[in-house]
Order: sequence, then C-alpha cells, then structure tokens
Amino acid sequence: MTGIVALYIFMLAAFTGYEVIAKVPVILHTPLMSGSNFVHGIVLVGAMVALGSASSPLEKTIGFIGVLLAAGNAVGGYAVTERMLEMFKSSGARAGAAARKH
Amino acid sequence: MPDYLLSAAALIQVSYLVTAFLFIMGLKRMSSPVTARSGILWAGAGMLVATLATFFYPGMTNYPLIVIAVVIGGAIAWISGRRVAMTNIPQMIALYNGMGGGAAAAIAAVELYRGGQMSNSEATLAVIGGLIGAVSFSGSLIAFGKLQGLIRKSLRFRGQQLLNLLILAGAIVCGALIAAGINDSAAVVTGLFALSLLLGLSMTLPIGGADMPVVISLYNALTGLAVAFEGFVLGNAAMIIAGTVVGSAGTLLTQLMARAMNRSLGNVLFSGFGDTGGTAASGGAVSGSLKPIDAADVGVMMAFAQKVIIVPGYGMAVAQAQHKVWELCQLLIDRGVTVRFAIHPVAGRMPGHMNVLLAEAGVPYDLIADLDEINSEFETADVALIIGANDVVNPVARNDKSSPIYGMPILNADKAKNVVVIKRGQGAGFSGIENALFYLDNTRMLYGDGQAAVAQLIAAVKAV
Repeated sequence: MTGIVALYIFMLAAFTGYEVIAKVPVILHTPLMSGSNFVHGIVLVGAMVALGSASSPLEKTIGFIGVLLAAGNAVGGYAVTERMLEMFKSSGARAGAAARKH
Repeated sequence: MPDYLLSAAALIQVSYLVTAFLFIMGLKRMSSPVTARSGILWAGAGMLVATLATFFYPGMTNYPLIVIAVVIGGAIAWISGRRVAMTNIPQMIALYNGMGGGAAAAIAAVELYRGGQMSNSEATLAVIGGLIGAVSFSGSLIAFGKLQGLIRKSLRFRGQQLLNLLILAGAIVCGALIAAGINDSAAVVTGLFALSLLLGLSMTLPIGGADMPVVISLYNALTGLAVAFEGFVLGNAAMIIAGTVVGSAGTLLTQLMARAMNRSLGNVLFSGFGDTGGTAASGGAVSGSLKPIDAADVGVMMAFAQKVIIVPGYGMAVAQAQHKVWELCQLLIDRGVTVRFAIHPVAGRMPGHMNVLLAEAGVPYDLIADLDEINSEFETADVALIIGANDVVNPVARNDKSSPIYGMPILNADKAKNVVVIKRGQGAGFSGIENALFYLDNTRMLYGDGQAAVAQLIAAVKAV
C-alpha cells in the first residue's frame, strides 16, 4: 500500500467514524462506547501477524502477550456489548414477546 | 477467472474489505435503539471473518502459540464478560480497552525490537502507535482500578503537570532516536515503552472517579488510533479503517460525554475536580424542614395520579432496586397511570449507563426520557419519585451562583405537584452539597433502603 493511498483511507475512515456517531442519543452512549471498544479488537489480526512473524524468544514472548491481550479485547468487548444491547427493547416488542410466551 | 483473485493474499484482502464494511454498518446500526441489537452481530461477524482469514496469511509461523493465546485470552474475557454485573460494566470496558491498547503496543514492540527492516516513516508510525497504545494500556488499568474500588486515593501534588510533560518529552526523545535511525538499540526501545507506560499511570492517577467515564472514552479513542498506526506499519487495511473509525467516533463520543457532564475535556484531564466537591462545602444555607411521609400515603398518592415521573440515580442501582421499581411502575400502568423515567446524563456511572441498568430490569426504552425531553413535563406530573438521585435534582444549580454545581443542567423535579424522595438517611449527596429540593413545601421524604422502600410502595399500591 503506498503512503498516499493509506492517507486517503485514513481521512475517509475518520469522516466515516464521525458521521456514524454524530446523531447518537445519550441512552446509547455506554453501549456504543463498548461497541467501538469491540471494533478496535481488530488489533487481534495485527497481533497474530506479529506473532506469526516473530523469531527470537523476546519477539515471541511479546507477540504472545499481544495476541492474548487482543483476543481479550475482542471477545470481552463482544460479550459485554451483546449483553447490554440484548436488553434494549421497546414496549411494543416486549408486549409481543410476552404474548408469544402465553 | 484470473489467477490473482484466487491467491491467498487476495482472498485475505477481500475478507478485510468485507470486515471493514461489516464494522461500519454495525456501528451505524448501534447508534439507534431500534437496530442496536443487530449492530453488534454485524460487527461480530466482521471480526470472525478477519480472524479466520488471518490464519491463511502468507508466511505465518508459530501457529500453536497463536491458537493457545487466542483461546486463553478469549476464554478469560468471555467468562468475565458474561458474569460481570451490569453496575460494573464501565470498568470492564476500561479493562478490555486497556488490553487492546496493550496489544497495539506489543505489535510495535515486536517490530521495533526486531529492528533494521523498517523505513523511517514506518518506524515513526510504529513508535507513535506504540506510545499511544502503552499510555492507553496503563491508563485504562488505573481507570479500571479506580472504578472497581481497588485504588481509592487520587494522587495529586504540585508540579504534576510538569512531571507528566517531562515524561512525555523523554518518551518522544526515545521515539525520535528510533524513528530517525540514530539509535534503535533494545535499550532505547525499552526506554520508550517504560516511559509511555509511566505516562499513562501518572496522567490517570490524579483524575477523580466521577470523571473516569470521560477518561475511559478518551483512552478508547486513543486505542483506536494506536491500532490504526500499527495497521499502517503492517500494511493492514482492516486495522487502519477500523482503528481510525473508532479513533474519530471515540473522540466525538468523548466530547459528547464531557458536554453531557457539563465538563470540558481539558478540565477533566488537568484540573482534577472529579471528587473535590466534598471540600467545596455548602454554598448558601437552606431554609425549611424535612417532612417525612409513610409508604401507605405515597402509594395512594401514586395510585390516583395521572402522571408519575421516576427519577432514578446510581443509588437505586447500588440498592439493586431497579427490578422492584419496574414492578411498581407496571402496577401503576395497569391502573392507567402514565409513567415515565427521567434520566439525567450523569445518572449512573457514565452517560447511558442508567438506561442499561433499567433495560436489564425490563423497562422498555420508550418509557425512558432524557433531560431535554422530560424537563417540560414535570409541570404536568402529579408525582415525581426521586430514588437514589440527589445533585441532579438540586435546584440550587439553577439559581445559586456560589454553589459548586451552579450551571449544571438539572431535572426540574421541583416543578412537579408532589415530590417524593426515597432516601436512606439525612446526609448530603455525592458532592456533599445540601439539596434545596428536599426542603420545599411540596416535597416529602420516604426514609429507608431503596429496595425495601419500593417494596412497601408496591404493597401500598396493591392495597388501594
């Protein structure tokens, strides 16, 4: 990837992030923070590549810790975000679910 | 079909593209309550695609180590994430975020310790990403410790800002030596990471617990940036896009949170007000007396009301009373009473946290209103029931310039025809400021533990 293309990606992604979040209601601040916390768990991919190319014991040790931490970020971020969002239901959806139960 | 489309490298690039698409769509869906639930599934699918594809990355070795690390890290995080109580979610976000920052720093460390193969611009990006990632790692761990109650004191001394500046300068010098190729020995690399980790500690220790949500949000954005920088080093488009999206979205979210809490970001990071309220004292005497009331009377009052507004605070969550509160509301709704929940932006531990806690108890989100929506409705409410909230309904924020909370937007609970406050005892609130609301003519105090008091109210409404 050439430097200038990488910069274009960087700029467009920055605008995208801003636009996606711009109109979010306060009630979703906590889940959304947790969700974006999950998304940067993509660092797992980089940590895997880093460990996959490590050769000296020092590199392997640091790489191993990196993958361990990154997997924690991705999996933990998913677990708590999913739990929180699972609970967001409107009264209509709730009444429907209750009706199906009976 | 041309050969290049079938090569492993091209397949990986395509799957990263799919991942970037799924992440952005997922975040977009997460920003509306109607679609939020599916948003995390989209993003989760993206993560799965990218992780599986990376196993086929050309030239990879150390597969057993990778699998072991993924399984151990993933299993511990999964179990802790499923088990944590909803009241403790903010510190878990801090912890997982710190892990991400640490991982970004680890990538930088592997690349920099190896040395020799990077161009100056790549080394510069690796250094910046490593510095930010390490700060986010140690800073997030301190934030976790503070919210979890492991670290109780806020360390403050004269010249603290200067010391932080010196540590930062030291880290930058190390980073510049490496990036310029003057000295990229292991000692300098170690110095860079040691100073960066120290900076995260010394920046976060002085910040009070009340400001932690804003700080966690900031570190979340920083981790995103660190991931993006390491993505540049590895030439990994998925990391660049996801990291940058989180970096900019996180920065905006940090600003929104700071605004919701009536603080500026600079104020949070450099002034250390967070938990000083207690020393700032009263600010004007309050006249009048506290007027107690029985649960039976409140039950009658609420059962025959047209409209009841519940104002919950973190105290309600601590008393685990939210399930009982919802049970009470359902009884009232069945009697034809209009019930709404009024949520102040700083109710709970971070903006939106109270909504999560109410959602856990089963309250539908369309009964929950935030400050701007609900404030004009208090005048038409027959009863405002305050449970576990204090400073956010204190009218002195409107009119007493000497008060430390002057200027903070509050819920206008005092405008309701009757105000009932459930309170454990007669002490002042989190900030140590007397609450003028409690002394108003239309206010009655229902003393007792949150959960027990609401249970009494349920019995009283049933008896009507």
